[in-house]
Amino acid sequence: MSTFDITNPVILREIIMDHYSNPRNKKEIDDPSFILVHMDSASCIDDIYIQVKIVNNIIKKIYWHGEGCAISTASTSIMSELVINKSVEEAKNIIHNFYNMLESKEFDHDLLDEAICFINVNRQPSRITCANISYRGLEKVFEKL
Amino acid sequence: MLDVKDIRKDFPMYSLHNNEYEAKPLHYLDNAATSFKPSVVINKINEYYNNYSANTKRSDYSLAYKIDQEFEEARKIVASFINANIDEVAFTSGATMSLNEIAYSLLYELKEGDEIILSYNEHASNVLPWYNIAKMKRCKIVFAPSDKKGVITPNNLSKVITKITKVVSLASVTNVLGVRQPIKELVKITHNNNALFVCDGAQEAPHHKIDVKDTNVDFLALSSHKMVGPTGVGLLYVKKEVQNKIWPFIYGGEMNSRFDSSLSVSLKEFPFSFEAGTQNIAGILGFAEACKYLNNIGLEEIEKHEKSLKTYAIKQLKEMKNIILYNDFNDSGIITFNVKDIHAQDVATYLSSNNVFIRSGNHCAKLLPEVLNVNSTCRASLYLYNDYSDIDALVSSLKKSGDFLDVYF
Ligand SMILES: Cc1ncc(COP(=O)(O)O)c(C=O)c1O
Repeated sequence: MSTFDITNPVILREIIMDHYSNPRNKKEIDDPSFILVHMDSASCIDDIYIQVKIVNNIIKKIYWHGEGCAISTASTSIMSELVINKSVEEAKNIIHNFYNMLESKEFDHDLLDEAICFINVNRQPSRITCANISYRGLEKVFEKL
Repeated sequence: MLDVKDIRKDFPMYSLHNNEYEAKPLHYLDNAATSFKPSVVINKINEYYNNYSANTKRSDYSLAYKIDQEFEEARKIVASFINANIDEVAFTSGATMSLNEIAYSLLYELKEGDEIILSYNEHASNVLPWYNIAKMKRCKIVFAPSDKKGVITPNNLSKVITKITKVVSLASVTNVLGVRQPIKELVKITHNNNALFVCDGAQEAPHHKIDVKDTNVDFLALSSHKMVGPTGVGLLYVKKEVQNKIWPFIYGGEMNSRFDSSLSVSLKEFPFSFEAGTQNIAGILGFAEACKYLNNIGLEEIEKHEKSLKTYAIKQLKEMKNIILYNDFNDSGIITFNVKDIHAQDVATYLSSNNVFIRSGNHCAKLLPEVLNVNSTCRASLYLYNDYSDIDALVSSLKKSGDFLDVYF
């Protein structure tokens, strides 16, 4: 079970604002042992870099930087907390569930935790790409493995 | 002020949107991106497909003759819209294509070491073709500095132009800040240095009378769809005196007189040499109809109308502490702003939930952040069918924009 009421929009909104105002794991590092992916193709504005260190198939560290709207910033911040210390397979499963949520399909609430605040982002179809930008970025990271 | 109620009757987007599909009124404020089309333009396009569908310049039967006449009549109308001669305007697929054609048509004119002057305010379509040409020909790109208001002053152009400058290519009205450049003076300086002046008129043509004889530009590009005409059509103006410097970029049927197996080709004269293949005939007829429509209303009236609306908007936006205005000083129909602490894209999505449609981003002018110091802005852009209620809707939604996350719940 999630630790918060996912039907309460006030709480969901607070999660987004919290991550937007205080994004987690947001920093740029200069370390070639990290895999770097630049996501800037979805729209004019998205411009997000993701840096991931994977050791023995485990996501040991994940940082990101760049510029984005509230949705892409908060979503990237939440994603970075979700996948840390997870195996690549576990992270792929999280990604899969997140996509399912955006498509209004069945998904595992516990796996997505705070990322559930984007459950209704598809009310603004043009902004789905903002919500999933870092998940698509993470998939690109895995392609580079 | 224009009688907007009356004008909106000409535009099906209003009648359909307000009655059939949406209960809320439509506040379309993204005219710098594209404009709505009046029925006369839409009907003209249909008329071609319904009544005299045939290709141009190919055949001797009467049906084809009719379309040849219509096509050249359209050229006459569009040429006179910018005060050009009929043998100085070619049709293209839009301003982007026109600017590319201009750049590539100078391929043989440009040589290693030549300089091309641009500005930081330019749309991608007036930057990237030149980057490519510069790479191919080893030319140098030089940026003319603008003043605090985005204007390329004659003095600033004089500072960067030199004997090796071959081309100066600038928008007469810029698309992010709506800055009007002093084109006539800039052309003089350019010509004094024996360089060619290319004018991107895409944002000027819909709102302001362009007179190529007065400004004396060598090349001009514009798009029909931003001036109540159809998409996929544009204009390429090349002054008679410089037509000997250009070479076509696209080859095919109807642009040549003859060719043989020894690789010898003889080309038609401009504009036909620049109109290879079957043209967007319906679109071109619609474009001419759009010029007629704008002429009937009067560009001066349209400009005055937009000015009053902008003044009205700026007055209210200035009173709001959380609004940052970037171009309140100029009188174009473009209002560029940000809401403090809210990302431009979030503002645009929120306004959209109130049926107020504006653009957010960097508006394809990716160099502008280098001078404006922000990566993205909101842009509301006005046209003849906008009225005070559109501004009121914009302002009242902006006042509530602190709740911008509402649209996701
Ligand atoms: C200043 C300017 N130049 C060129 C263009 C390109 O026009 P089009 O996309 O119709 O080719 C635009 C369109 O946004 C523009 O604003």
